[in-house]
Amino acid sequence: MESTETHEAPPRLPGRLPEILETLSLASDPMMRGEMLLDYAARFREVPPEVARRPFPPVNRVPACESDAYVWAVLQPDCTLKLHFAVESPSGVSAKALAAILDRALSGLPPDAVAAVTPDIVPEIFRANISMGKGMGLMSMVRAVQTVARQAAAFEATGAPLPAVFPRAR
Amino acid sequence: MNMTKTAVEQEIERRGYAHPEALVTTEWVQNHLASSGIRVIESNEDTLLYGSGHVPGAVHVDWTADLNDPVRRDYIGPQAFSALMSRIGVTPETTVIFYGDKNNWWACYALWVFEMFGHTRAKVMDGGRLKWQQEGRPLTREVPRPAPSTYQAPGRDDRTNRAFRDDVLRFADAQGQLVDVRSPEEYSGERLHMADYPNEGALRGGHIPGARSIPWARAANPLDGTFKTADELRRIYVDEHRLRPDMETIAYCRIGERSSHTWFVLKYLLGFERVRNYDGSWTEWGNLVGVPVERTFEGQAR
Repeated sequence: MESTETHEAPPRLPGRLPEILETLSLASDPMMRGEMLLDYAARFREVPPEVARRPFPPVNRVPACESDAYVWAVLQPDCTLKLHFAVESPSGVSAKALAAILDRALSGLPPDAVAAVTPDIVPEIFRANISMGKGMGLMSMVRAVQTVARQAAAFEATGAPLPAVFPRAR
Repeated sequence: MNMTKTAVEQEIERRGYAHPEALVTTEWVQNHLASSGIRVIESNEDTLLYGSGHVPGAVHVDWTADLNDPVRRDYIGPQAFSALMSRIGVTPETTVIFYGDKNNWWACYALWVFEMFGHTRAKVMDGGRLKWQQEGRPLTREVPRPAPSTYQAPGRDDRTNRAFRDDVLRFADAQGQLVDVRSPEEYSGERLHMADYPNEGALRGGHIPGARSIPWARAANPLDGTFKTADELRRIYVDEHRLRPDMETIAYCRIGERSSHTWFVLKYLLGFERVRNYDGSWTEWGNLVGVPVERTFEGQAR
């Protein structure tokens, strides 16, 4: 019997994710990959005060992330998004690394392109440097980025008022 | 050898623990970084944390990659444990000092696993990574390369400190002293997992019938993650919850990490006579077919 299953090509990763993943794949062992991820964590910059100040609004909080992470997407005048993050847990090194990667990979893209990111990138990025529980929390960060990007895309398409979760670029 | 107890050693002794030798202060650790016969071990939930900076000379033991069997749900065997000890330069005579993130959950978990292999020369650094950082003590990214040691683990003792589901079933039937250390919401069945943690696959919510709800965090001081004094702990576990130190006790949580913290408290700080950790915990019990579950929350579990 002939298979009716169709084989679609995997969706293309948005922005700079392909080059970031390619660079990480050059690491020959988990320790070297860990060092590269720590470099990203060191590059993490918290959301600037002109976008958000403590206490951060619960609406920006990433659900099911034990590192107490927050995400913002600021719509720029050129209709691209700039992502911002905060990681409140002092132990949230992995969350900071992921935030720095998402910012580097996706900021500057239009909302619908940012929304194309999927949680599958988390195991691709962290490989052995992650536990199951931690991985699921980080996937939740990616879903939060997807959500804010979809909302921004819908705003653009309909012209509806921008929700409070999206500060405008000033 | 100077037998006079230093002020830092007296600080732990003043707290009245049954086995004060199981705990050391951050200051004690800093004073002994260069001492021979001591190996400091960091064990965290976030595997990147050690690489971001650690106690000088400390080695990393990862609870997933180093202590768990890579295929089935169990711990490593004696051969892998011996290889691990050799890699981190520990001999049977070495005293290991554990510390880590999350109020020393994984430090206590690692100590519990080490004890299964008979390595009882082990202590916990009170307050763990949080207190060390709060006090501005030195951190380094330099990874030590200890000379490989010779270590022959005698075997793994799964009976003394560890409980399996059949043990727990019998224990619950006999109305044994069970302690559920999860959050009250997990205990009641309102939540299938910790707040802000992902659901790792429990199908049913609630607790093992007869278990007392004593969240692990009650044993720790929230500001610096140190353990409460023996009097404070006794008020919680013995006076308030009527646990008897002379009775056998089994603690459980979600995967056995938080209950390792309580296991350490009951065994070493309060001197309970026999305490076991049920590492299958709720991710096993909440999925088992036909086991009794008590649920006090009447709404839809989250």
